[in-house]
Order: sequence, then C-alpha cells, then structure tokens
Amino acid sequence: MPEQPDRPGPITYLDHAATTPLRPAARDAMLPWLGERFGNPSGDHRVARAARQAVDEARDVVADVVGCRPGDVLFTSGGTEADNMAVRGVHAARPGQVLCSAIEHDAVRSPVRLVGGATVAVDSRGVFDLGALGAALTPDVSLLALMTANNEVGVVQPVAEAAELVRRRAPRAVVHTDAVQAASWLDLPTVVAGADLIAVSSHKVGGPQGVGALVARRGTPLRPLLLGGGQERELRSGTHNVAGIVGMAAALRAAAAERNGATARVGALRDRLADGLLAAIPGAVQTGAAEGARRLPGTAHLCIPGIESEALLFLLDEAGVCASAASACASGAHQASHVLAAMGIGPDLGSGALRLSLGWTSADADVDHALRVIPAAVARLRGAQDRGAEPAGRGPSGPAPEAPRAGDKVVSPSAAQPPTIRSRDLSGEAPQR
Amino acid sequence: MKVLVAMSGGVDSSVAAARLIAAGDEVVGVTMKLWGGESDTGCCSVSDVDDARRVAQQLGIAHHAWTFSGDFDRHVVDPYVDAHRRGVTPNPCIECNRHLKFDRLLRRAHAVGFETVATGHHARIVTRPDGTRRLARGADAAKDQSYVLYVLGQAELSRTLLPVGEMTKAEVRAEAEELGLRTAHKPDSQDVCFITSSRGRRGFLGGRIDLRPGRVVDDAGRDVGSVDAVELVTVGQRRGLGLPGGGAPRYVVDVDVPTATVRVGTDCDLLCEQVTLERVVWSADPPGAGPGSSIAAQCSAHGPPRPARVEPVGTTRAVVRFDGRVRRVARGQSVVLYEGDEVIGGGIAAA
Repeated sequence: MPEQPDRPGPITYLDHAATTPLRPAARDAMLPWLGERFGNPSGDHRVARAARQAVDEARDVVADVVGCRPGDVLFTSGGTEADNMAVRGVHAARPGQVLCSAIEHDAVRSPVRLVGGATVAVDSRGVFDLGALGAALTPDVSLLALMTANNEVGVVQPVAEAAELVRRRAPRAVVHTDAVQAASWLDLPTVVAGADLIAVSSHKVGGPQGVGALVARRGTPLRPLLLGGGQERELRSGTHNVAGIVGMAAALRAAAAERNGATARVGALRDRLADGLLAAIPGAVQTGAAEGARRLPGTAHLCIPGIESEALLFLLDEAGVCASAASACASGAHQASHVLAAMGIGPDLGSGALRLSLGWTSADADVDHALRVIPAAVARLRGAQDRGAEPAGRGPSGPAPEAPRAGDKVVSPSAAQPPTIRSRDLSGEAPQR
Repeated sequence: MKVLVAMSGGVDSSVAAARLIAAGDEVVGVTMKLWGGESDTGCCSVSDVDDARRVAQQLGIAHHAWTFSGDFDRHVVDPYVDAHRRGVTPNPCIECNRHLKFDRLLRRAHAVGFETVATGHHARIVTRPDGTRRLARGADAAKDQSYVLYVLGQAELSRTLLPVGEMTKAEVRAEAEELGLRTAHKPDSQDVCFITSSRGRRGFLGGRIDLRPGRVVDDAGRDVGSVDAVELVTVGQRRGLGLPGGGAPRYVVDVDVPTATVRVGTDCDLLCEQVTLERVVWSADPPGAGPGSSIAAQCSAHGPPRPARVEPVGTTRAVVRFDGRVRRVARGQSVVLYEGDEVIGGGIAAA
C-alpha cells in the first residue's frame, strides 16, 4: 500500500469496516468509464445505449448477489442515501410508527428520529431483542429497520426472525435491513430474504466510494427523496454514476465469488489477532463475541480498560496500524458509541474501545504487525497513566455514552440484563457456505 | 524535538506550527474538541477543525482531533453556570487553560510520547538565571494573553512552547500570508467559545438556570431600579439597571444573589484598596512573607496593571494591596501579578 505523506512507513490497514481498498476487478470494470467510454444512460443514441447497457448489466449482477429481481435495484449515492430513502421514503408513502434497533448506524437512526420513531433494545451480546420487538409491534407500525450486521461490533442480527414476527404482528409494516457491513461476508439471498428493503454500499465490499443501492422489492410503498429526471423507476432521480455502478457490481461479484474462502481465511486471521491481543493485554475483553451470537468474520472489537481510544489510535497510527474506535464523525473526532451503550457497556470499558476490521487485503503480516504494536502501545499508555499522564479512574474524556435523547422512545428488553462480556470468542461463526 | 501543536484553526496556532516545522521539529497537530454544542463557528466547531486540518495538510503534518468535551463540561462549562447561579463572575478561558489546554492535553501528549506542547498564545516563556521559568507578556502588547495563562506553573512552563509570543499580530498574519496559509485573514476569536453572538450569555444561561428578577437599591436600601436577571449582573456594571436618568453615574457595587438584590453606588463607592485572592498559583516560589513585595496587579484581561504589594496567606491565598484605590474586582475574576513583564502568579478574587 502506498505511504501517506504525513507519516512515512508501511501501513497495516485494519479498518475495512470504514472503507475497503478497491478490488482490481472493480478498477478494471471502471477504467473504460474513466477513459474512452462515457454516456448518459437516459439518452436515445448509441453512446447513451452503451452506458445504459453497462448500468443494466450491473443491475443484473447486484440483483443476483442480493437475491432480488433486477427491477428491484435502485442505484444511489451510497449506503447512507439508501438508508435515508428507506426510512423517509416508506414513512412518506405509508405513515405510521417507525421502529429501529438501538444499534443502527446513524444513517438509519437519524432519519428514524426525524420521523418520530422509536428504538428497540438489543441484549448484552448486541443481538436484537425479539421479545422487545414483539411488545413494540402494534398494527400501527409501518416500518422496522434492523441492520443485517452491526458496523462496530460485527454482531449478526436476526433479520429473518424479526421479519417473520413483523409479518404476523404488524402485517402492513415494511422491513428494511442495512446490509452495508454484511455484504462482504454473508450470503445475502439467505439472510435478507425476509426484508422488503435492503441497503448496500459499494466501498465496503471493495468497490468505489460514492455509490450504493437500495433494493426495494416489488410492491414496497416508497416515495423518492430526490425529484428530477425520474431515473430508477422515478424513485431516484439523477444521472447515473456509470463508472461507480459498474465498479460496485464488479466488486460485489468478486466478493460473492470468493466468499466461502474469504470467510474462512479472514475469520482465522481475525481469531488469531483477537486471541493474541486478549492474551497479551491484561483485562481486555472482546465485545460481540458472546456465546450464541454470530459475528462477521472480519470484525474484532475490544474494550481495553485503563486507556483511552484516542490515545491508543494515535500510537497505532504512528506505528502504521490503521484502526478505529467506532464509526467516524464528520469532524474526525470520536463520539461515544451508542452501540456499546445499548449493550450495557459503561464508560469504564467503552472509553477504551478498539475496532479492528479485516478484509479482502488482510494477510498474516498484518496480524503479526498488529500483535507487535497494539499490546506495546497499550502497555505504554497504561504506564504513562500510572505516572499520572492520563487520568486514572476518572472516566472517559469524551462525552459519556449516549443516554436516550429527549423525545426518544426506547422500548426496553423484556428484562434488563447485566452486561456480560466474555474474554474469549466462544461464538459460532458467520455461516460458511 | 517532538512537538504536539494545539491547532485551534486560527492564524496564531497555524503560524506556530509552521515555525516549529521550519525550525526542524517533528510536529503533529491536534485540535481539541471541547464544546459539543452550538457556537459561532458552527455546531461542534466543525469549521475550526476543518481549518486546522487544512493548514496541517498544507504544512504536511499529521493532524488529529481529540475530544475532551466531557472534561470541558466538567471543568469549564458547569463551573461557569454554577458561578452565575451564585452571582460570581467567572473566567472560563482561564479554567480551560488550567484544566484542558495545560493539563489534559499535556498529559495526553506525554502519554503518546510528546514531552512538549506548543500553542498559538501571545505570551513568552523566559528562563531566569536560577533556571526557573516565567511567563512573560507577548511582544504585541495589544494581543498579550499572559493574563489568561497565569495558571501555568514550572511543570507546565517547562513543557510548553509559545512560538508566536515574540511576534506582533501583524507579523503573524504577514507570515501566514507569505506561507499562503488559509487562516491568514481569519478574524480573531472573540469572547467565550460556547456563547454564541446570536443567543448571548442570557440565552445560554437561561436554558440552564433560572434567571430571576432583582431589586436595585442604593446605599440606604431604597429601591431605585430593577433588573430582570440578577445572575447576569456584574460589579462595576452601569447599564441595564432600570435607573432614572440624570445625576452622577451609578455603578453596581454589590450583587447579592440569594436575596436578588443589586446595590448601586457612585464611582467612589466602587473603589477599593485591596483584594483577597484564593486558588492562588505561583509561577515558581511564592514571594516571601512580610509587608509584601512591590508588583503590579492586573484585574482583567486587558485592564491596566496597577502598582501593588502582595502578601501570601498560607499556600493558596494572598492579599493584594493596591497603591491607591482601584475599581473593585468582581468576585470570581482573576487578578494576575506581574514583576515587570513577567507573571509571578495570580488568583481569583474572593468575597
């Protein structure tokens, strides 16, 4: 990987959940569209037709990978737009109570808050609470948004079970799933079968940034966010990003083709990394690895007591290890994680959160490097703290994990459970098929 | 030398970073995210972080944004609100320097391997013949920020660099322009960062504490006016007291928040000869006991230094006796003690 100008040295990239390097197949598919080929697919001449064909063929690929009809695929500018379109588009077409899980990405949480929706709890493992959902489902519910797998801790959610519950208890409700993180790892036709709406993003699977799709199965009530030329069945106006769309399709196809092998290979790397860190860092616990919870094979999330994420990430960056604490914020500063708060993890543990996410480029050398760098960095920070450098036992420097905001309605789990974080991954793995 | 530069997104810290790089230091920029709410530069000061990052990119150094908003709320905002509730006039910038910039940031810097932190403050750090350091006024008298930095002791002074302290503001801007830094013409920050110009102090405090109307009385206890928020009244204030026009100007000489009473008096009633300081910080050793050494005392950020004598009382208090009479210092305001251009310490005006 090329060096960054502001910090020389090789890079160990462990932030695939933030974005992935471009797959060669995606680049190859895009290059003609960044060169001699061009065209507005909506036109009526040979240049336009060629572009139209490229978009249509990409649509077929996406439909095949997601498990839907080509006509269900609506190309968007990315996962965030797809999620916004799902929540706001359904709410506009079919007003009613909107529910989402307490661990959704902000691309879902924020629009759900905007339309006056409520959140449904997860348990201490980070798994959606179907009991709480059952209690929250009334005939008035028009939408449930439940992510396929969480972006911070990687826990796979029971989308099929939740969708089945919705069918029985709130038959007019639509089910949306944000499959942005899952798309690299899970067999989407199986895991999102029950969902009416599915959001995917190109750059999380080795495609280019700035393109994604919302799959909207036939008959799903939906209004457009963007009005204009009426592209994408009049649901998403705007000239197609042809290069981005063909790149995304190529990336999705490549990810699907190597899924079984990649799941085993990357899962083993992840386990070696996580086990090595847990063995080398006293007190560290692995989040999202509780028994009975499935997890994406690329994600290792640790809570490390006695340190602060920002300081750790600084030292890792200096040593060439790129990782993250939680999802990024526009200004680059870290926010307290609503996901950890929803799992009942307090600031004492949550302030030392570290997310390591592996992907298609990850290799043994990355794990070796990370295992050399991370325990040493933690030891250094803890040593500095003993000398009074960072406050010990004074809680986190950042904002406390978010309490539900005023106006938020939280549907609690059937019984409050104490946080149970296990220090070893005892979980089953993501399906390996 | 490895130096962490606190980059606020303003021109001073931009030039501070540039000068350290030019001097051959290994520089990393950090922007402290302190206030998570509304501010004049947008929500969460995003545009200031943007400016700092863009300058860092231009200079070719790494830049990080570190969130200390929990500490900022605890050490700066909450005490600010509480001070107004008690009728005390706080200086949040000093508390931010005390607890955030020169404590939390220094400790974080140390933890990640930086023994030195630089800021864009207009002040200088000088080394005395005995090896101790002192803070001194910046080269630009009009922009001098030594007043808000008096809380720095030896431990902080020995780990801090103030690269623009020897420059005038005009020189800083000229250098920024020469380097083509995007912050060259950015206006100076004004006032308290978490108080917006649109909503003001009243709007900020009104959402956090009850602002209560108060009586305004003269020295004989007669009602002469009224205020709609006694928590916002400061000693020395002349306006907004509902006083009838004419006559000699009258000033607030005392604010009693529990009884919601503001006492006014003449210019003469406002004068005092001494002030007792608490939470006193000495730059190095406290001056010896006795009748007190001759110094100058500055009672506000841009107020004139007044000749005075200071006498330490225990380790955390001191009595400052002015040569002649000066306008009364509002409770909660800092009084900074100078020997020539050098800060020897300071403290907060007690009741």
